Amino acid sequence: MSERSTATVEIRERKSGFRSFVSKLNISTWAGLIIVLALLAAAIFAPQLATHSPSKQNIMDQLAEPGSQYLLGADQFGRDIWTRLLYGARYSLTIGFFAIVVALFAGTFIGMIAGYRGGRIDIIFMQVMDVVLAFPSLILGLALVALMGATLTNIIIAIAFTATPAFARIARAGVITQRDREYVQACQAMGFSGPRILFRHIMPAILPEVMVMASLWMATAVRTEASLAFIGLGLAPPTPTWGGMVRDGFDNILSAFHLAIVPSLAILLLVLAFNLIGDGLRDVIDPRLKDAS
Amino acid sequence: MSDKPVISVKDLTISFGKTTVVHDLSFEIAAGSTLALVGESGSGKSVTSLAIMGLLPDRIGHAKGSVNLEGRELLSLSEREMRSVRGGRVSMIFQEPMTSMNPVQRIGDQLAEVIRIHRGLRGEDLRAAAIELLRTVRIPDPETRMAQYPHTFSGGMRQRVMIAMALACDPALIIADEPTTALDVTVQAQTLALLKDLQQKTGTAVLFITHDMGVVAEVADHVLVMRHGREIESGTVHELFSNPRDPYTRSLIEAVPSLVGKLADDTIPAKPIEHLPVTFPGDQPVLEVNDLSVRFPVQSGFLSRTTGMVHAVDQVSFAIGKAETLGLVGESGSGKSTIGKAIINLAPMHSGDIKVSGETINYSDPQSLARMRRDVQMIFQDPFGSLDSRQSIGSAIIEPMKVHGLAKGREAVEKMEWLMDRVGLSPARSSSLPHEFSGGQRQRICIARALAMSPKLIIADEAVSALDVTIKGQIIELMIDLQAELGVSYLFISHDMGAVERICDRVAVMYFGEIVEIGQREDVIGRPGHDYTQRLLSAIPITHPNLRGQRPLPSGAVAAPRSPIKPLDFQSPPSSWSMAAEGHFIRRAV
Repeated sequence: MSERSTATVEIRERKSGFRSFVSKLNISTWAGLIIVLALLAAAIFAPQLATHSPSKQNIMDQLAEPGSQYLLGADQFGRDIWTRLLYGARYSLTIGFFAIVVALFAGTFIGMIAGYRGGRIDIIFMQVMDVVLAFPSLILGLALVALMGATLTNIIIAIAFTATPAFARIARAGVITQRDREYVQACQAMGFSGPRILFRHIMPAILPEVMVMASLWMATAVRTEASLAFIGLGLAPPTPTWGGMVRDGFDNILSAFHLAIVPSLAILLLVLAFNLIGDGLRDVIDPRLKDAS
Repeated sequence: MSDKPVISVKDLTISFGKTTVVHDLSFEIAAGSTLALVGESGSGKSVTSLAIMGLLPDRIGHAKGSVNLEGRELLSLSEREMRSVRGGRVSMIFQEPMTSMNPVQRIGDQLAEVIRIHRGLRGEDLRAAAIELLRTVRIPDPETRMAQYPHTFSGGMRQRVMIAMALACDPALIIADEPTTALDVTVQAQTLALLKDLQQKTGTAVLFITHDMGVVAEVADHVLVMRHGREIESGTVHELFSNPRDPYTRSLIEAVPSLVGKLADDTIPAKPIEHLPVTFPGDQPVLEVNDLSVRFPVQSGFLSRTTGMVHAVDQVSFAIGKAETLGLVGESGSGKSTIGKAIINLAPMHSGDIKVSGETINYSDPQSLARMRRDVQMIFQDPFGSLDSRQSIGSAIIEPMKVHGLAKGREAVEKMEWLMDRVGLSPARSSSLPHEFSGGQRQRICIARALAMSPKLIIADEAVSALDVTIKGQIIELMIDLQAELGVSYLFISHDMGAVERICDRVAVMYFGEIVEIGQREDVIGRPGHDYTQRLLSAIPITHPNLRGQRPLPSGAVAAPRSPIKPLDFQSPPSSWSMAAEGHFIRRAV
């Protein structure tokens, strides 16, 4: 059957790696990318796009309807929802991104060491990861934030902690499949050091899967952050966070449902966008998984 | 045998998209005869078989021309009609018996399913038919074997079950796609004999796809040589072997080992000796291995206690002189690769000592280990797997020099370019990635990388086994040239007697982790002294169809299978040897 594969190799046009990668992204991935970029722009240019101050209260305009003065209406303190939504994007994106970057580095490192060394180190590392994984991420995040205090850094650390095992597992699995490949043996036979083999030769092979995992987990991180804020363990008011806005809106859900709905939709949009990107990347990187999901 | 062919293929042209991979191929096979389709990878032989079976990939594969099986035109049949042909009138035997069976289904159930679908038997009749088939393909104790899973079967037995499945519906044509390539030679010989025997009984036509001219000489009636999707030469097997017209055919025929069985001459009386002396040419060995044993623990039970040891290599001694090549031959599981791995610390050494250039390697001392890793390099079997697919080949060749501090910067680049040029690759391609090269080119890269350290010894573990015949010849030539030029020694680990015969000065034969015979190439291959060596050599396919039936086939019953798993306190019995010629030692049965 080798004939078949040689034939396809010949047919395949030669493109640069990046360009062929981009050309393989499907339409929903592009949609996800555009949404994330738009939200990123909104967060960066929040001061320019905002129509009001995010924290200034205006008792006269309590629960104002969406309209000309307040684009999406005002909350129970008369603060502009549109403005708070823009500033809230800053926190959601920052927390989602940095929590996952921290988890990616920590988890991948732990998983790679565990997978490469095997034996006792593997057992100990992965048992610890399994214990962490056994907690629902919200409960664990809750406990950590309650313990350390609800600052931006602590929330990032707490969410990163809950996401680390996922990266450790996928990195470990990737390393184990690569570890017994002949090229790794060839490296060992040439006397390369363990870290060199692991980080120079094995890591590039497992990074694509880790990146897919990262974009999917960013969605989870955004959700966890919103959930923490919703139960009151997010950044302290009056900091505008989407989760906090949903909670505030809940008190007046019957009289002014847009207070809760608008930030909920924003969360939905961001989570959906990250998931679209993650699915799209996975399809390009590992087409075999496409139908499995 | 009737005159009307079972299958006749006319002007078959197969294309994938815009690329045509098979051009105007025509052949016929009569009932009871065998056509061998010979070619290297990429020649279009497997695609041809897929086209006959109607198994070309749907959207891109396209076949034109005519494939006529017993008067039916197969290319115009619908998928539904084709299904009744497949497994009904045509069956297929694949190369890899390990993967072509369902591992979670009992052998009996898999076989019965095929019979049920095609013959409609039920219940006891079905079971009886399945047992009968297993008996036909000489599976011992078929009643018990029916209830077992594929992993309990050896490669040869699985391939026989595959043959049983192929025979299940009494097909008119069997397509055998490299059915014995993955098997050891002794098993291959048995399988070929069985196939031949069954064919005589049933009168089935066989399309035999292979790259091995030795196998062709054993089984074929007619031969069709393919290259780049075109017919190069065809004719009866006797014509083709006696009088090959095309130079390509000639090169394929010449790649078959020829020393084998030439000089059976046992007039030299063997002298018994107590201990195997380590011999080598020259005054100092590059590598000296003394009483090397490699054992792997067998753990079982709740606390993973070690209950026994797998004796992978048992008290092996040999030496290699400067610019000498020692071949280590044996079948899979004989421990030959483990020796190579133990030398470079990829397998745990149980006892014994290894000296490189007279210096004993201390495997727990990083400095001694680093020195050894400079002096001893390894080339692996799979040139696709042993290169990092994301590293440019230039950087792959430079990296070991940098790691060992042998050269850096401009100097390393120059050495890399010199090496690439020396192994026959253009230095201009140093920034290309491994997938842009063919298998043979990749093996050249691996050789260049091994040479980058200016090693004294290169361990070549099945280094040419995965390559096509002509490429294999080129790589062997390259290795011989490099040896003459650089004075490097090789430990050439292989099961391929053709390659061993061409490159090795001396040969050591491994059997169940022990060396059973060692000596000059001419002595070991021409005058094998040990039972196992004789069995191994007699299983190698013949070089010319005229020799058919002249050599006794190795029978499976000769060697009682030995378990390599021994209890913890097992003491290997002392070995005793006899010397048949200068440096030719044969292990004597205890």
